[in-house]
Formats: sequence, C-alpha cells, structure tokens
Amino acid sequence: MSTVVMEQRKRIHPHKFTLWVGVASIVMMFAGLTSAYIVKRNQANWVTFDLPVMFWYSTVVIVISSFTLYLSNKAFRQREMAKYRGLVVATLLLGIIFVIMQVVGFNLLWLKGITLTKNVSFSFLYVILGLHALHVIGGVVALVVLFAKAFSSKVRNYNIVPLEVISTYWHFVDALWIYLLIFLLLIR
Amino acid sequence: MSNIATIQEADVHGAHETHHEHHHHETFISKYVFSQDHKMIARQFLITGMIWAIIGGLFSVLFRLQLGYPNSTFPWLEDLLGQWAKGGKLQPEFYYALVTMHGTILVFFVLTAGLSGTFANFLIPLQIGARDMASPMLNMLSYWFFFLASIIMFSSLFVQTGPASGGWTIYPPLSALGDASSGSKIGMDLWLVSMAMFIVSSLLGGLNYISTILNMRTKGMSMTRLPLTIWALFFTAVLGVLSFPVLLSGAILLLFDRNLGTSFFLSDIVVNGKILPNEGGSAILFQHLFWFLGHPEVYIILLPAMGMSSEILSVNSRKPIFGYMAMVGSLFAIAILAFLVWAHHMFVTGLNPLLGAFFVLLTLLIAVPSAIKVFNWLTTLWRANIRFTPAMLFAIGFVSFFISGGLTGIFLGNSALDIHLHDTYFVVAHFHIVMGVASFMGMFAGVYHWFPKMYGRFLNNTLAYIHFWITIVGAYLIFWPMHYEGLAGMPRRYYDFSMWESFKMFTGLNEFISFVSMIVFAAQLLFVFNFFYSIFKGRKVTTQNPWGANTLEWTTPIRPGHGNWPGEIPEVHRGAYDYGKDGREFIPQTEPVGEHESHH
Ligand code: HEM
Ligand SMILES: [Cu+2]
Repeated sequence: MSTVVMEQRKRIHPHKFTLWVGVASIVMMFAGLTSAYIVKRNQANWVTFDLPVMFWYSTVVIVISSFTLYLSNKAFRQREMAKYRGLVVATLLLGIIFVIMQVVGFNLLWLKGITLTKNVSFSFLYVILGLHALHVIGGVVALVVLFAKAFSSKVRNYNIVPLEVISTYWHFVDALWIYLLIFLLLIR
Repeated sequence: MSNIATIQEADVHGAHETHHEHHHHETFISKYVFSQDHKMIARQFLITGMIWAIIGGLFSVLFRLQLGYPNSTFPWLEDLLGQWAKGGKLQPEFYYALVTMHGTILVFFVLTAGLSGTFANFLIPLQIGARDMASPMLNMLSYWFFFLASIIMFSSLFVQTGPASGGWTIYPPLSALGDASSGSKIGMDLWLVSMAMFIVSSLLGGLNYISTILNMRTKGMSMTRLPLTIWALFFTAVLGVLSFPVLLSGAILLLFDRNLGTSFFLSDIVVNGKILPNEGGSAILFQHLFWFLGHPEVYIILLPAMGMSSEILSVNSRKPIFGYMAMVGSLFAIAILAFLVWAHHMFVTGLNPLLGAFFVLLTLLIAVPSAIKVFNWLTTLWRANIRFTPAMLFAIGFVSFFISGGLTGIFLGNSALDIHLHDTYFVVAHFHIVMGVASFMGMFAGVYHWFPKMYGRFLNNTLAYIHFWITIVGAYLIFWPMHYEGLAGMPRRYYDFSMWESFKMFTGLNEFISFVSMIVFAAQLLFVFNFFYSIFKGRKVTTQNPWGANTLEWTTPIRPGHGNWPGEIPEVHRGAYDYGKDGREFIPQTEPVGEHESHH
C-alpha cells in the first residue's frame, strides 16, 4: 500500500528551528516593552538621563563572549576538545561578568537617584534591562548544563546540535543587548 | 513493537537520543504521568481541560442564579460557599470573582490549552506522518507548566480574600492596586503568576507545533497537501507565539506596579480618600498590551475549531472541501489581520477618531476571509450525501454559530455603533456565540470524530445526539436574547439589574436565560459521562478507518503505540480531500495517483 520511507524530510534540524521560533517570541516580548516605552515617552513626566559608562564596558564583554563561543564551536568541529572546553569556560565567565557589570551599572544609576519607582522612565530601564540580564543568565545556565552533561556521560558525544542551539541563542541575546543599548540611546 | 520500528525511530529521531530507549521499559509514571508521547500528552490536556470546563461552567450557573433570581435566596448556596453566599445570596465581590474566573478559565484553560493542547498534540504528528513532536521533552514540559498554572489558579479560589475579580481582561487600576477590591489582593497575584506559567506552557507548545509541522512531514506531504486541521493549528501556534509574549510583558509590568511600587499603569489615583503617590502611568497602555494579545487570542481559540470542522465537514459530506487553497489563504489573511485590529476593543477609550477609523476599516476587512470560509463550508455541504454523525452535527453547528456571531461583529466593528454597544450584553452575546459556543462546537466535533483514535472505542451515539440538540438549541436560547438586552443598553458585568426601572422589562427574560443555562450545563455533564463511560465500556473500534477518511491518522493501528506506525511511515501521494472522485467514495492520501485519474 505504501512506499518505504527511510528518512523524514529535515531541511534544518528541528531543534534549531524551534529555537528560531523561540527567538521570534522573545523579540515580541521586547517589542511589547519597547513600544510601551515609546508610547509613554510622549507623555508628561518623562525624565531623560545618561546611561553609566559601565554599560559600554559590558557591551565589550558580551561581544567578546560571542566571539569565544564562536571559536569554541569551531574547536568542537575540529575535535580539539581541550580548546573547546577552555573557550566554553571563558564564555561562561564572560557571561557572568556581563551580568555582574549590569548589576553594578544599576547600582551606579541608583546612587545617582535614578531609582526604580521615582519615574516611569527609570522603571522601564530596570525592567527591560533586568529581563535582558535574565535571558543572559538563562544562556549561562544552558551552557553549564551542556558542560556538565559532557563531563558526566561515559560515552563521548560528538553531537554538535545542542552546542549550536545554545550558541545561536547566545548570539541572539548579544544582538538583543546591542539593540536595546542603541534604542535607549536614541529614544529618550 | 518490532525491532525495525525501533531502528526507524532512532533514525528519524536522531534529534532526541533518549526517546527510543524509553519505550522499551515504560513504567506507569513514564507512560501516564511524565509521558513524552504526544498522544498521551494530548489526552492529559483534554482531561485537564474538561475538568476546568466543568468548574468554569459551574461558575456561570452560579452567577446566572444571581442574575436570573436576584431577589431569591438559596440557603444551600451558603452551605456550599460559606461567607461568599451569606444568607443564601451571592455576595457582590464573589459574583465578580466568579465572572472573572469563568472568563479566565474558559478562554485560557479550556479553549486555549484544552483545545490546542489536545488537538495540536494529537493530530499534528498523526496527520503529517511523524513519530512524535520535534521535541517531546518540551512538549511534556508544556503540559506540566499548564498543570502548574492550573494548580496556582485553582488554589486562588481558596484564599481568604477570594480570587481575582477585575474581569478576565484584568484592567488596571483594579488589577494594579491591592486596595482596590478584595479580589485585587493575593488572588490577583496568583492570577498573574498562574498566567505567566500558562504563557510559558503555550509558548513551549507553540514552538513545537510550528517546527514539527514545518520540518517533520513525511515524504510526499507537501504543505499544499496538508489537511486543513494542520493548517489551522499552524496559524494558531504562530498567533500564540507572537502575541502571548506581549501579554507576558504586560503581566510583568503589572506585577511591578502591584508589588514594587512602580507606576507603569497608574497615575493620580484616589483610594479611600487618599491620593496615591503614583504618577506618570497610563491605564490605557495596559489595554493596548492586553488587546494586542487579546484579539489574536480569540482567533487562537477559533482557528482550531475552524480547521477541525473543515476536515469533518468534508469527510462526512463525502465531498472534497470546496476551495482548499482559498481556505488556506483565508486562514492566512485572518492570522495577519488578527494583529492589526486590537484597538477595536478600545473605541471608547478616547482613541483618536482618525486612528479609530483605520481600526474600523481593518476590523471590517476580517469579514472578507470569514465570508470566504463560510461560503466554502456551505458549498461543501451543498448537494452532498451527508452522513449525520455526531461529529458532523457539531461541525455544522460550528458553521451556524460562526455565521451568527460574525454578523454581530460587523455591528461592533463600526465605531459609531460600538460607542453605544460597548460593554453591553450585545458584546456578551457576540463573543459567546462567535468564540465561546462556536469553538465548543468545533471542539466537540473533534472529540466525537477522533475519540475512536484516542481510545479505540466509540462514544455512545444516542447520548451524543441528545447532547448536540440540547446544546445547540440551548445556546441560541441563552445568547440570542442578550442582543436585545444589549441594544436596550443593559450593561455587562453588573451584579443586579432589578434596581433599574429601565431593565425591569428583562426580569422574565433573565430568569429564562438562567433556567436554560442550567439545562445546557446538565447536558454537558451527559457528555462528560459519555466520555468517561466510553473510555472503558464504549463499543470497540474494529476497523482501521471507521469514518472512511483520507488522512494519515487512519493508517495507524487502531490503538497506535509510541511511534505511531509499527513499520515505516507511509508516503503521501495526494491531498487530503479526494472524496467522491472517479466514482470512489474516498481515496486515502497514501494511494499513488492512478494513470487515468481525473483531476479536480
Ligand atoms: C467579522 C468578524 C468580527 C468582528 C468585526 C468583530 C468585532 C468585535 C468588536 C468591535 C468588539 C469590541 C466590542 C466592544 O467591546 O465594544 C468585539 C468583541 C469581542 N469579540 Fe469580536 N469580532 C469579530 C469576530 C470575532 C471572533 C471570530 C471572535 C472569537 C473567536 C471574537 C471574539 C470577541 C471577544 C471575545 C470580544 C469581547 C472581549 C471582551 O471585551 O471581553 N470576535 N468583536
Ligand atoms: Cu477583537
């Protein structure tokens, strides 16, 4: 009755595709927040302020972390496992440093009197950047889990898909940060 | 299951290595509780949804008691609800809580999770020819997040100050200020946390549905051969993935306003004679965020019902669906427009009239794809040799309600009329008919049609016919008169109309509506009984393809195991709607196209 089907059609790995759809959905969340920001900006009581320099440094850090993760993918493909591990650890640390720098940035703002509840424009900043930092933490956790798995399993697993999925996510969160930074600089 | 199947599965699902191992040694827990089999997850969604439907339905009966018999007392109510029904009369605060919970439960937990969760999970892999979802793990998580959301929402019913009571649309300031009402306290926080979990669940589900449909179709299953059910579930998932995050952002801002003192949605508010320090926020902003989800949400509820009804109408008409590509195109148009009309819920918020005019135009444009669909359903039925199975009756009922409710949408879509009709029972009638009842009709059609595939048994037909006739007649009797009440200005969300002279004329009508709603509720219990009885005692399915349908799910064993097809996944050679072609009643999708076959 039916012909044998050996392989299902798979143009792009379903997990990667799933991630891209997830990215679209995260974009919508930030689109919601940033458009709310734009709407509010045009109303009374909007106070503008300068971003701390710390956010520039953290930008550098997160960009470098994307780069190290990119290199670790390359190392993985060439089966240079020691190099790969080193680079993943570097990425992890950079991710954590980024989050710490964001917190420090928040602290500097706070000390200048730019607190969460004082003005809606301040509140938006904390919520939007805080949610972004949470997404970075999500990436860090994913990398840790991936790493822990690689060490705990007895069998060598050369499946690159999980690493690629996490990397795509990481680069996305990096790009998202740059977008948010530009957004906050231009629209104020 | 044979070894070949296992190898196949490993092969096809290289994506998740743990998958094939686990069907060898299934425990009770891995089979029924933390199952990763899409068919089991579908049944979990369905049964959880049914439990919620009973609760949500019961709530409506309770508050209809107040509306229909505002001057009577029911001592048993006090026994049942204690302080909420002092002296046998629902307290106003609790009345609002019931209305809010009714809306929340039916819209989100039943007609979103219960409907999409059940049928997307069940039908996508079976109808596109896949062994499971792209990520069975995320799929399982999707159910458990829904479960968690359910537990939190359920527990909010039992807190001292009661569950959320500001309406299913949770507009601030009622939802933003703990002091605004008793339902604005912990009940509201629980509502928000529960909805956050719910949104995560919908997103995980939606991601999976989309990538499964796009990436895991069997050989020969091109997009233009997909059954319309799958197309509808696809657009539903796209709508969900793009609109729920926006509601999530609104909910997060609301949580901040409530608990951390921010003022996103608050400004110049006086509570108990005290001016609050909040300033600079805007309550209207929340409405934009809410309705940006809210309008797509109504289509998230409706599209699965459309898709299933299309399929069931064609199968039981023994005719191809009329205008397959037009059906897909109109789904697409509806999905796009769904994102562009949200402000029609906000015509009375002081919206700029020019902007309002654009929203009127875009809103009325939805009538075009809607009309195309209706036309195609009717032409499919036209001169058909119809088999009036229970599923078919419900599918026809779906079309009927979609027409009735769509027409009143055109009234409301005109801002000039809406200014009069907004927040009256006219709106209540509109959305219950077009969304509530129509989608329930589609969902029942789906359950009656696919129950044999889910449980290997049939539902009882006599009970099914009784269920259908009471439901369709009852639903019209309940909701049709509400149009008149709305036109006469009767506002929605009021606790007691007997105080107004102008609404005295509706006293009898309100009582009648309440009376009918109890009967309709009882008919649903009949369905619930039929459902659970038939799982164990229903007539057994003995043939692979009891309805003579073309789609792939009927090529699996009567009770498909994990992996769906014991051998290879069949290849597809044609679209899903070759009914009554060349003198043959139906030609399954797996049959190669014959040399002399006609084209149509
Ligand atoms: C031709 C198609 C339709 C048009 C033009 C239309 C128009 C409208 C308008 C203008 C309103 C706002 C009324 C008001 O609050 O004053 C409304 C409310 C509503 N509509 Fe529709 N509608 C259409 C179809 C649908 C469909 C297909 C669904 C669901 C499946 C739906 C669900 C709802 C709901 C749930 C509400 C009320 C929400 C609330 O305030 O609680 N509508 N509709
Ligand atoms: Cu709408």
